[in-house]
Amino acid sequence: MTEIIAPTGDTAALAPVRKAARESEPPPTEKIGALRWLRRNLFNSPLNSALTIVAFVLVAYWGVSFVEWGILDAVWYTTDHNVCRQAAGACWAVIAEKHRPMLFGVYPYDEHWRLIVALVVYLATVTLTLTPYCWKRSILIPLWIAALAVMGTMLWGGVFGLTYVDSGQWGGLPLTMVLFTGTVVVGFPISILLALGRRSRLPAVKAISVTLIESMRGVPLITILFFAVNVFPLFLPEGMEIDKMLRVVVGMAIFFACYQAEVIRGGLQAIPRGQYEAAEALGLGYWRMTYKIVLPQALRICLPGIVNHIIAALKNTSFVLIIGLFDILTATTAVMQDPLWRRFFVEAYLFVAAVYFIFCFALSKYSQQVERWLNEGRRF
Amino acid sequence: MTRQSAARKPETTEAVIRLSDVNKWYGEFQALKDINLTIKRGERVVVCGPSGSGKSTMIRCINRLEEHQRGTIVVDGIELTDNLKNIEAIRSEVGMVFQSFNLFPHLRVIDNLTLAPMWVRKMPKKEAETLAMEYLERVRIPEQAYKFPGQLSGGQQQRVAIARALCMQPKIMLFDEPTSALDPEMIKEVLDVMIELAESGMTMIVVTHEMGFAKTVADTMVFMDAGEIVEVAPPSIFFEAPKSDRTKLFLSQILTH
Repeated sequence: MTEIIAPTGDTAALAPVRKAARESEPPPTEKIGALRWLRRNLFNSPLNSALTIVAFVLVAYWGVSFVEWGILDAVWYTTDHNVCRQAAGACWAVIAEKHRPMLFGVYPYDEHWRLIVALVVYLATVTLTLTPYCWKRSILIPLWIAALAVMGTMLWGGVFGLTYVDSGQWGGLPLTMVLFTGTVVVGFPISILLALGRRSRLPAVKAISVTLIESMRGVPLITILFFAVNVFPLFLPEGMEIDKMLRVVVGMAIFFACYQAEVIRGGLQAIPRGQYEAAEALGLGYWRMTYKIVLPQALRICLPGIVNHIIAALKNTSFVLIIGLFDILTATTAVMQDPLWRRFFVEAYLFVAAVYFIFCFALSKYSQQVERWLNEGRRF
Repeated sequence: MTRQSAARKPETTEAVIRLSDVNKWYGEFQALKDINLTIKRGERVVVCGPSGSGKSTMIRCINRLEEHQRGTIVVDGIELTDNLKNIEAIRSEVGMVFQSFNLFPHLRVIDNLTLAPMWVRKMPKKEAETLAMEYLERVRIPEQAYKFPGQLSGGQQQRVAIARALCMQPKIMLFDEPTSALDPEMIKEVLDVMIELAESGMTMIVVTHEMGFAKTVADTMVFMDAGEIVEVAPPSIFFEAPKSDRTKLFLSQILTH
């Protein structure tokens, strides 16, 4: 505003003379040269200068050795393990040679195409599910029904002329994905119920939640898997059998849920009492208040913690090693028993690490995106 | 202030809220002591008193945000008991405005307003939004409908909170120190909205320290101290000739500072 309101007419004597508000100036721009940046951030004290030099030397040393080993001296492709033996660097050829049993485990070799179809469908479905455009019941429900039908048909077979493959023979990356997805999809709703239950005013609900959470958190995941596979069937009536894969998934899901419940409880505790009171005063019942007011805010607050546990759940799937399921890591270990290629296990494990990394990194990037969406247009 | 409350009488004599011998304790501390109060339809009651005197506790008992332990509270013909159905029925008839606004920060203003009509009253979305816009106009901020509460000033937030309560078309409105958390220049815009609401005939119970507002709007003044109702009187008598010494002391403190 630049105009000055001048007193006019007969009210001139009374009208206040207001000076226009001063125009805002743009903030000063700061230009920092590279040298100044270095001085300010890396060499701003003798100790920091020393640390910078030490860190630089170490990174350079390891970096150079890794490039030498992994790129310059590496063997990229050969079917002859002797070529690898004579090379000084890494033998990435082992991945080309062994990738099928590593990725698909003990699943019948000629049926591997079915797993590829299942994986592609899975990745497409998950990608769509995570896109806000698809967050409508009319899209998500048919999408998942179709996807599960295709994936089930591909994995089990037994229809349309496909040979039947028992879930005990599933392996590799598809198995990892089945375990991971099952754990999160089954476990997440349970975790919310447990978190709410632990804060419930009803003594029985609270007691059950606390007991379950504390007892599950008190034992290692391996124990739970062992129970699910070896002990639980003993309690079933004779002749009754529950699929091993299902037992494993449920065991892992409950374990996941108990940890996740505590993360969510942290979010619930951060909701001010006024939010509950405002919702109650409007006449909202408990479930509606929880669904519309409390959970959206609580889950948002603890989103970093939630994603943390989801990533941990992905890596926890490798524990199925002890119950004889061949996930991608166990499958790789088994494949690398091959005496001809066994000495190149480091390269094989690096490959598996890269696969895990891609999924975990994607999850973490996605969660950052979700936080950005949630922050759009909002100030607290 | 030219409006005189003595000129306006409540439209009917029907009691819409009746508190009889209501007692409440927090642990060992007795917050309410034998509270007896009857409020008629259309009556505007202003409750005042020193802090910790039980004013907020009393009005929070009326929609069961606090539970009373002895005595009876009847709101619009329904007695408040442990019966959840009754509690929810009463809450949907009684609107409340809080000192700290308590808007839902994750929802836009319009969604704050339509939430309860849609989910408690089962109103279709379109209809609820029309209603919400109507009330936003009444509190004079329709242009903020698509913002989030965090983007509004305190006075605007409190007006949204009033509109949110009104969207349930309540029979009774409770105000728990609605201007205490506001900057001085925003108090007036909220009080103006409340005065307008009072003129429309709403039954209102207002806990406040704004004595100017009380003189303008109240049919009945209630003075509380130490968990008791000390004095109930129309404002003309309450401010000019209070009976109790405690009231006199309070008024001298609050009016002369």
